[in-house]
Amino acid sequence: MNISLNITKTITELLSGFMPEGAANIGAMVTIALIYLAIFAVAGLYLVLLERKVAAWFQLRLGPNRVGPWGLLQTMADALKLVSKELTGTVKADKFLYNLAPYFVIVSSLMALAVFPFTKEFQAFDINIGIFFLIAISSIGVIGILLGGWASNNKFALIGAMRSGVQTISYELSVGLSLLTMVLLTGTLQLSEIVEVQKNGWLIVQGHIPAIIAFMIYMIAGTAETNRAPFDMVEAESELGAGFHTEYSGMKFAYFFLAEFINMFIIAAIATTVFFGGWLSPFGITESIPWLGVFWFIGKTFLLVFLMMWFRWTFPRLRVDQLLTLEWKYLLPLNLLNIILMAVIVWLNLTIQF
Amino acid sequence: MDTTIANSNFKSEEYFINMGPQHPATHGVLRLLLTIDGEIIKKVEPDLGYIHRSIEKMCERDSYQQIVHLTDRMDYLSSHINNEAVCLTVENALQLEIPDRVKVIRTIIGELTRIASHTLWWGVMGMDVGALTTYFYGFRDREMINDIFEETCGARLTMNYNIPGGLMFDIHPNFVKRTKEFIAHFKTKLPEYDTLLTGNVIFQKRMKGVGVLTKEDAISFGASGPVGRGSGYSCDVRKYHPYSALDKVTFNEALKTEGDSFARYQVRIQEMWESMSIIEQLIDNIPEGDVQVATNAVIKLPKGEFYQKVETARGELGVYINSTGTKNPYRVKFRSPGFSNLSLLNHIAVGGKIGDLVASMATLDLVIPDIDR
Amino acid sequence: MDLMKDFKTEFMTNEALQNLISSWIPELEFTEEGSQFLNISVKPEQLHQLLAQLKSNTETSFDYLFCLTGMDWGKELGVIYHLESTAHRHIIVVKVQTEDRENPTFDSVCDIWRTAEFHEREVFDFFGIKFNNHPNLKRLFLTDEWEGFPLRKDYVDEINMVIK
Repeated sequence: MNISLNITKTITELLSGFMPEGAANIGAMVTIALIYLAIFAVAGLYLVLLERKVAAWFQLRLGPNRVGPWGLLQTMADALKLVSKELTGTVKADKFLYNLAPYFVIVSSLMALAVFPFTKEFQAFDINIGIFFLIAISSIGVIGILLGGWASNNKFALIGAMRSGVQTISYELSVGLSLLTMVLLTGTLQLSEIVEVQKNGWLIVQGHIPAIIAFMIYMIAGTAETNRAPFDMVEAESELGAGFHTEYSGMKFAYFFLAEFINMFIIAAIATTVFFGGWLSPFGITESIPWLGVFWFIGKTFLLVFLMMWFRWTFPRLRVDQLLTLEWKYLLPLNLLNIILMAVIVWLNLTIQF
Repeated sequence: MDTTIANSNFKSEEYFINMGPQHPATHGVLRLLLTIDGEIIKKVEPDLGYIHRSIEKMCERDSYQQIVHLTDRMDYLSSHINNEAVCLTVENALQLEIPDRVKVIRTIIGELTRIASHTLWWGVMGMDVGALTTYFYGFRDREMINDIFEETCGARLTMNYNIPGGLMFDIHPNFVKRTKEFIAHFKTKLPEYDTLLTGNVIFQKRMKGVGVLTKEDAISFGASGPVGRGSGYSCDVRKYHPYSALDKVTFNEALKTEGDSFARYQVRIQEMWESMSIIEQLIDNIPEGDVQVATNAVIKLPKGEFYQKVETARGELGVYINSTGTKNPYRVKFRSPGFSNLSLLNHIAVGGKIGDLVASMATLDLVIPDIDR
Repeated sequence: MDLMKDFKTEFMTNEALQNLISSWIPELEFTEEGSQFLNISVKPEQLHQLLAQLKSNTETSFDYLFCLTGMDWGKELGVIYHLESTAHRHIIVVKVQTEDRENPTFDSVCDIWRTAEFHEREVFDFFGIKFNNHPNLKRLFLTDEWEGFPLRKDYVDEINMVIK
């Protein structure tokens, strides 16, 4: 296979054949942005379908099976329906912020996708502060939720938004600290290098006990970050109707919805990259075929996505004070101790390397 | 935590929020006017009447046969037991001798109704606390009962199987077989309920110590059914005023003394086991005989007042009929269990969070048409 | 069962109840005619005293108000209280009535049984019977601007009521 997966380079080279360099760079950026947008809009839709299938599997039913073979076109049809729906809103909403909020949410989640190394060269933007960038970007989304909840002029939405603020601020700490634990091990923030480091063994093996603890904390906090059950305080349909997006309809609602699924993908993708060797195949079995890295990356990510879906369809929801208790009284102290433990392990060179 | 906020100088403002009449947790058109401080409930005021059909007034112009059919629109999940309540009142007033076969069949179907109602409650209660899968587990088992009902009386929800003087027609030949199949099936499935939800740490944290109702308050508020029994208040009408074939069976009254949401939850789970045991005692011994006693086409009750209590899935349903000797009742009053159980919601929800209110309300198992009648 | 034993020993027959209760307030009327329970008719001014005593007396101990029915006897308006003792399991019915159809008023029993709060609101809603000292006496089911009291026998609504 002679596919060049380094899309940034390929496209820039292609465009600079008939354009000045500056224009070619901008053109390449726009093209890649459009490609990513297209891929992940569709991927997001299929994540929704996957969730519905998984839910059906958990719930002793069939799930979507009418539109297209095995219901494969179901979410496409849903998206079309949502596009054609009227955009309603409350009369006294703050129109500007109300309309801005969904874009904040969807843009921030799409931005995070830029830095993932899907395989060795298939990475739109290999930035040297990769992890830092991810944590920073993923917390912008909450501004969208806060804006949406506040600007809707609806008390249920406002309660949802306040909960979201409380929840994200709290769990951001755990996400950050658990990733920081792993950074102690890798010594770099750049995602491509983090994957390189793992050629001697995935970090969850290299870091053994503290890495496993960090992974567990990360998954719990990550689920909370995406506002999914059992941490879906923000939407909590039996308490708040639909929470922050109560007043949104049509495509604006779809943006929130899609963003939730893309965020779930991002959380799983970070975990794949940081704990499970990214695009590396287990024991290097397909090292000779580089493009298979995409398959491994997506495969691992989907396993973790499935894990998050598993949480969602089996656990009841926490109460808001229990949610905060869990973070501030249990996860955060544990996380801080875990960092010390990891530091000691790295210092004494007790990691497992192959 | 609540008290520290209240005692500190932290300035907070109460606000008002409308929960319902269209709200997922109120399971129907119940409207709660909540006064909230942040997340803490200060006051819950139910606003009723969104589905009030004035059944009591309608009864005053209907014949006794017709009244029966209005009652399964009250607590539609206990429709058979509601029908039975009116039939028993009329039969007692007329002093009819009801065949044993009718009594046994009524009791079996009544207990099946109770299981069906509790499985549905279990499903939606799980949804209320955020566990979405319970709903389908509950409905899977309830569906089998509905199929049994459908085969015997043609309806799945509002059954209208009872008439004053007996049953509309005999049970379907498959009834006994399918009921036994269901019991065998449900005995393996009910432990799944515990595996999926009861033992879950999050679930227990959400339920334990939430919405506590003391025994004294339970009696004072007229709580009945699992709500009363969760508070250690022995109030099973089937025990104290047995009707139909319930005096022939032995069963334990499910009692818990904690009075919190988890106790009410456990009582209902326990009741499903007890109901199965009642059905098992009766299903093999359905006596032969008629399923009806002849009554006049126009039933006229003697002058007087008649009262009958039954235990529906939600608690004590009372039927009060005041007759002046004509073909219509002079006054009918339904003492519905949901109405009294709702009245204690404010008492148990104040001081909790919004999530606690939802959890408490779920374990009260309200059916709104039962409250609004 | 222990409970059953208790209720056997302390259960009071209608006769015993009548003897005991008539010793408290002499003017009460007792009847068992046309009812399976012992019925007591009480004057409005003695209502609260009687009901409070029925609950607090350890021999009667009617702690469970299981039904509170508003009633329109054509000429009189009234309320029927069905009481049960959870300890002794005996049942009694107390009736109160007034001929004042314009402004019927009784004392509230909310302070005795808390369940009465909702039941009295329902009676107020449908019969227009007012209750003194009720903490929150307003319409429960109907809207505030509803005219008339639907469960009264003289209520007329030509549009919504189908009369056969």
